[in-house]
Amino acid sequence: MHLVVVVAVMCFPCSSCVFVTFRLLPLWLAGHRDRSRPAMFSKGTKRKFSDGEDEMPDDGLAGAKVASSAYSLQRQSLLDMSLIKLQLCHMLVEPNLCRSVLIANTVRQIQEEMTHDGSWQVVSDSLGVEGSPSERLVATEVLCRSPSPSSTLSEQELERDTEPRLYSLVSYDDSSCREEEVVAEVIEDDNEALCSEAASNVCLSGTMSHCWEPGELRVQQNNDDICEDSRLGSGDEDVDVEEEDEDEEEEQEMSQKESKTMGQVFGTFEIKNGSSGSESALEELFSDVDASYYDLDTMLTGMQSTPKIGPYDLLDNLGPSHGPTSIGSTANCRSDLNELDHIMEIIVGS
Amino acid sequence: DPFEKVDVVMVMCKSHLGNVQATRYVLWCRDAGFTDIISTVEFNYSGDLLATGDKGGRVVIFQREQESKNRPLSRGEYNVYSTFQSHEPEFDYLKSLEIEEKINKIRWLPQQNAAHFLLSTNDKTIKLWKISERDKRAEGYNLKDEDGRLRDPFRITSLRVPVLMPMDLMVEASPRRIFANAHTYHINSISVNSDHETYLSADDLRINLWHLEITDRSFNIVDIKPANMEELTEVITAAECHPHQCNVFVYSSSKGTIRLCDMRAAALCDRHSKFFEEPEDPSSRSFFSEIISSISDVKFSHSGRYMMTRDYLSVKVWDLNMENRPVETYQVHEYLRSKLCSLYENDCIFDKFECCWNGSDSAIMTGSYNNFFRMFDRNTRRDITLEASRENSKPRAILKPRKVCTGGKRKKDEISVDSLDFNKKILHTAWHPKENVIAVAATNNLYIFQDKIN
Repeated sequence: MHLVVVVAVMCFPCSSCVFVTFRLLPLWLAGHRDRSRPAMFSKGTKRKFSDGEDEMPDDGLAGAKVASSAYSLQRQSLLDMSLIKLQLCHMLVEPNLCRSVLIANTVRQIQEEMTHDGSWQVVSDSLGVEGSPSERLVATEVLCRSPSPSSTLSEQELERDTEPRLYSLVSYDDSSCREEEVVAEVIEDDNEALCSEAASNVCLSGTMSHCWEPGELRVQQNNDDICEDSRLGSGDEDVDVEEEDEDEEEEQEMSQKESKTMGQVFGTFEIKNGSSGSESALEELFSDVDASYYDLDTMLTGMQSTPKIGPYDLLDNLGPSHGPTSIGSTANCRSDLNELDHIMEIIVGS
Repeated sequence: DPFEKVDVVMVMCKSHLGNVQATRYVLWCRDAGFTDIISTVEFNYSGDLLATGDKGGRVVIFQREQESKNRPLSRGEYNVYSTFQSHEPEFDYLKSLEIEEKINKIRWLPQQNAAHFLLSTNDKTIKLWKISERDKRAEGYNLKDEDGRLRDPFRITSLRVPVLMPMDLMVEASPRRIFANAHTYHINSISVNSDHETYLSADDLRINLWHLEITDRSFNIVDIKPANMEELTEVITAAECHPHQCNVFVYSSSKGTIRLCDMRAAALCDRHSKFFEEPEDPSSRSFFSEIISSISDVKFSHSGRYMMTRDYLSVKVWDLNMENRPVETYQVHEYLRSKLCSLYENDCIFDKFECCWNGSDSAIMTGSYNNFFRMFDRNTRRDITLEASRENSKPRAILKPRKVCTGGKRKKDEISVDSLDFNKKILHTAWHPKENVIAVAATNNLYIFQDKIN
């Protein structure tokens, strides 16, 4: 099964847009598919449990293996959460640089440790990404909603949405041609409303609202609705992403019970080195990844050169000409395209 | 008046503090019908004036009532003195971003004449405001009527000298200087130098030195911006001038370090004279270690011998002569250490708490969550946790010291960590430079607590 991520990278105020499609890493799926892991942050998702336990006859070793894989899963979700934080959808004001730097440093720390473990190397190899593993943010998970601070910690712990969503890069670039990542939801290409997801869930950065206002509000709202639904997890027909709805309710219950324990565990995190035992499992997971679709360099160079694509090229890119992402042209898709059309009109002012 | 005085009550403080007068103000924007969040609080040098800045760009100044025979009981109370709109929201067209009008810091200048001067800053622009009183008005102009209409000069047959007549006190605030366009990043600190002529302003990556009279030029004295922004790992979080030595200033970083610089050494103070950092405790290392070590505030003591830094969980007092570790460490809310992941998730871990000294440097104060604020006595090592709440502002209320239950059985009057309200945070506190009067900003409420000895 392949999941396709559609990312629109926009450059402001050039208003040019690069539309990049690439495949979702199974790692990010696998990393969230462990049923036994009390999912503090990945409520409502399934996990493929790495098989360390089955192979080890020795209890002590089994315990250690479980602990280390639990640790790496916790670390994984901390990484995911950090990457989510680096992308907030509602910004009208320049983001707090101190906060961004601290989060990025945390991500870097995790990446470095994962490199040490060897788990990061596997990831980046399969991606075909150039450069050192400690390079920033190869792939991230982004959530199309802004976290709202809740009054108590326990409430916060219950509000989770960890759909593997999208990828983008973070840049502290303060140049006048400020680049923004516009994120879209993960779409399954064997699902009919691929295009609709892409169009309707384009989560626009708040900075765009100045130019885009009426249309953007609509898209935002639509986006929020969908994000809201998916946050609640199971049983929502609008969210096409989820496959295993029934199991999510179980997950939710478990996560609620164990979230507090997890909080304590996380709080007393210790960095361990060389403890991973799940490399073979990761390799197995990656065996069917087609890395050719994942070309970050294209995206990077795309960003650098900011090709002057007109507003309607955005829509062209959604068409089947853009690689094997078979975007179905359903009625849904068309109406959302029209919406996007409308937005573009507003920008262009035509 | 945007500030509505709600309560002035005498409360009994069940601790060594004794009688305390608690005054509560609510910041209320009548026009818009909403309440704004107080973003900075600062006493002036004499303590007679207390300035607050809010998220809406307004500055409200309170003045202490003088002793008067007519109203003996109101001696020492603070009342609203002046209100003005300091900053307006702006839009940066180059970056397509809004510039918030929120007042990040207010710093008073030492008083040199009848007027008062203060510096207020938002993310990008610093303004010097003059606050002056007018209680007389000139009457008997030759060329103008009392209404202000111009007289026809040909009709004037005699000249008179205008006389000054008393009028109701009017407090005016006028912007005297605007220091703009010097900061690419968000200004987090301003600090007036002891020479009373210059001041520094610090943003995330740079520190500039200004002369109060010159607005079109500033000197960049610290620049930590890397050539490649992707290599950025550390930002400036706070900066302050030394209270007596006009060539010395310090700045703190997001990595928990403080650098003391001497402006005599070089024009660009990228190389520090002293470097303060406490070695990390390896046993408590976690992924959050760096974040909680980030210093949110740095303040010199009044004596100039010590400085205090606030990081997420503690307050540290440093001797300027000892760089390798602080001389005192006070845990503000250590019970949050096991909750760091949740606090990271809801972004509370990035809250920037301030701290302050009392006039004699014998006590320090800082805020926490659930509208708690903490005071530490440096000599006796006693500490107290108080809550700035509406309940405490009712008549016959008792200001009880609060305690957070960290585990096990919760005693009566204790509050458990999970019941703390993380939306109610006290980030800004100020202590009168001479007396035991403290101002505590709790979201949109301003509480003023003062000793009452009688």
